[in-house]
Amino acid sequence: MANVHEEFLAEAQEIIEALSRDLLLLDQAQREERQDPDLLNEIFRAVHTLKGVAGMFGFPRLGRLAHGLEDLLDDLRLGRVALSQGVLDVLFEGVEGFQRLLTETDDGEPLVDLAAFGERIAAVSRRGPAVRGDALARYAFDDSVLSVLTEYEEHRLRSNIEQGVPLYRLRTNFRFASIDADLEALKQRAKPLGEIITYLPSAEGGTGDSIDLDILLASGEPFAALSEALSGEGASLEPVPRAGEPATAPLEPGSEETVTAAPPARAASSTEETSESAPEASLAPAPSRALSAASPPAALEVAGPPVERSLRSVSHTVRVDIRKLDHLMNVVGELAIVRSAVARATERLRGRSEQRQLAIELHRVHRGFERHLEELQDGILDVRMVPLGQVFDKLARIVRQVARDHGKEVRLLLSGQETEVDKLIVEELSDPLMHIIRNAIDHGLETPPVRELSDKPATGTLALHAYQKGKSVVIEIEDDGAGMNEERLVETAIERGLIDEAAAEELSHEEALNLIFMPSFSTSTSVTDLSGRGVGMDVVKTNISRLGGVIDVESELGSGTKFTITLPVTLAIINALLVRVRGRTFALPIASVQEAILLDRDAVRTVEGREMLTLRGATLPLCRLGDHFGLSRDLFEADKQYVVVSAVGHRRVGFVVDGLEGQQDIVIKALGQSLRQVRGFAGATDLGDQRVALVLDAPGLLEELLSTTERARRELHG
Amino acid sequence: MAEASAGFRVLVVDDSHAMRAFIRAALEEDHDAEVVEAESGFIALRLLPQDRFDLVVLDVNMPDINGLELIRFLRQSSVHRTVPVLVVSTEASAKDRERGVSLGADAFLRKPFTAAELVERVRELRERS
Repeated sequence: MANVHEEFLAEAQEIIEALSRDLLLLDQAQREERQDPDLLNEIFRAVHTLKGVAGMFGFPRLGRLAHGLEDLLDDLRLGRVALSQGVLDVLFEGVEGFQRLLTETDDGEPLVDLAAFGERIAAVSRRGPAVRGDALARYAFDDSVLSVLTEYEEHRLRSNIEQGVPLYRLRTNFRFASIDADLEALKQRAKPLGEIITYLPSAEGGTGDSIDLDILLASGEPFAALSEALSGEGASLEPVPRAGEPATAPLEPGSEETVTAAPPARAASSTEETSESAPEASLAPAPSRALSAASPPAALEVAGPPVERSLRSVSHTVRVDIRKLDHLMNVVGELAIVRSAVARATERLRGRSEQRQLAIELHRVHRGFERHLEELQDGILDVRMVPLGQVFDKLARIVRQVARDHGKEVRLLLSGQETEVDKLIVEELSDPLMHIIRNAIDHGLETPPVRELSDKPATGTLALHAYQKGKSVVIEIEDDGAGMNEERLVETAIERGLIDEAAAEELSHEEALNLIFMPSFSTSTSVTDLSGRGVGMDVVKTNISRLGGVIDVESELGSGTKFTITLPVTLAIINALLVRVRGRTFALPIASVQEAILLDRDAVRTVEGREMLTLRGATLPLCRLGDHFGLSRDLFEADKQYVVVSAVGHRRVGFVVDGLEGQQDIVIKALGQSLRQVRGFAGATDLGDQRVALVLDAPGLLEELLSTTERARRELHG
Repeated sequence: MAEASAGFRVLVVDDSHAMRAFIRAALEEDHDAEVVEAESGFIALRLLPQDRFDLVVLDVNMPDINGLELIRFLRQSSVHRTVPVLVVSTEASAKDRERGVSLGADAFLRKPFTAAELVERVRELRERS
């Protein structure tokens, strides 16, 4: 049952994410003093499902937490407990708890204190007085309607009756082929007009391609308006008779009485107009469920293959384990290597005049192969992509919670949620983003009184903005808080012994801000619970560079701070520039390459022991890769050298290499455990001609070369 | 669909795919069942007229068409009037359970349950019918 277990984890994660989204909507509705029973019920059902599955898949503690919340939600949706900010806090905390419990292990430390949480649930679960007359008696309901209502549906029916909202019955007929879309469209039309209590499918209504379905609806809209909005296309509306009124149509779907009592209301499913204006439809004596006796012509046309068609799933999505996609990507990587080998063999054939015809033919075949391989590769990459909105939703929850905990008012602006990134990158992004956001609220945004003193609106703004830029994705996190105090940053760095005073003197504004990314740097004297768990910005930075990305910071004292994260769209396969350095080949991801130029040795200047080049008016620090990696120089000193201009985020460096070998798609393989600590390499790759090349870690190298730490260290160690 | 009638055919209606996968795995292993899954009441309604089933396993709390409505639908249908119905549900509502019984559900299984409990309950139902 190992696969079944995976199913559980995937579903639990999905439920938790959906819960989080729905709670934010509920929070918003509560603030705007709107009631949304559907949403509340949706949340209840999610927790209910989670409870059900958790117990079955060996997560009893998660099940217990869900159980507690379920009871609270049940009281909420049945109107026994009123929704308040306090209740919402408990619900949000519960979602946080679910997330943690998913990662809890039997032998590890418990990550949630269930007893304490249970008390918090109890504290907000004070029930209001229950006043309940028999509201249901006011209508002439048939027992068969009441008997299929769930407790919740009955509650909604009661509370609508108690509030004097009239009830209607919408008689519809849906074709199976399009039931999902049609039903959704109907729901959308009904939603602003009233509340759908339940759906009543009629027995024997399924005649192969359609089904009769009655919808019980509560609405305060005038009958004519309601009828106009919802009737038509095989649907008709009638009021539910009140107790004592003569019943025009007894409330029992599917019974013969219904049919004979109100035949005109049962318009044939294929009729475009309402039954009133379509006499031929009302002439039909039987509803469409008796298709064999009197079927409308349109229904006959599709009578041929209903069995086959109706067995198809309505859903068009599949759920795939990401490891299967990784495997496929590896196969594509191998194919790309084969392709390069074929290309080289073709080149060799071309050189021989007697084989020329064959070479041309092979070249054409190769071109086709290449094109399809690219399509295949793009296709797989596309499947791996998920919208960043998935992380943003989680962050919105954190923002709400952290802001409340710290008495700060925060307006969260999100944009670019639809920007797509590789699933693995999205997964790895949530922790770093969460940390930055917690920091922004904890240290960045001021409390309302402080903000008002500095002529700022009491509510702080936190903006998350994502967009695609070439082959990269950029995420900006910007706040309008206090900004970073450059002087204090420098002081702290000196205090912690991270830099000496001489080095501090030389720091530029940008370099001073970048001090926050140094290990064991933290301006906050006490580590607050939120910025949490001993994680600093250095870990954020490491995590981002592990994804092949960089993080930059800009800040102005008094007006705010902005972090910019630049990431590759995917990690699975990348295009690389192959360079030769003293007889060896290295691969440099093309995403970080701006241009390559011939090195003009006379133009190189040396400033403070570092070689520089002026390129179109801007200074470019140089790095001789051969020297950097300590490769012996005597044997291979090319007379012509190149500068590969590499840029990541705002940083630029020119790598001096001996030769350029061209571009190639590569699959990066991780270095073994023993080599993982070696800096400057992202991994290794198979070039397809029995050669293996190391892949340069451009963000890491740039970082290392330009970092103030490196400079300070060199000065210290002479 | 001719060869299908030979085996033990089960329709599982639950909006949780993990739950459906669990039930499928258990019934395939111990009852050699042929399991058809429906993720909503609508899909169940669509499947039912096309097919015969030897058992229907359903959840009560589902969006749109709930499990109770499905039971009533089954009991009123000429084809499925006698099909055994096993309701799997959490103990949230005693009332819902009561209604299930009066509508004609044959057995209940409270979530969470083990694969062995499910297999045993299904065995009882098969022996009864």
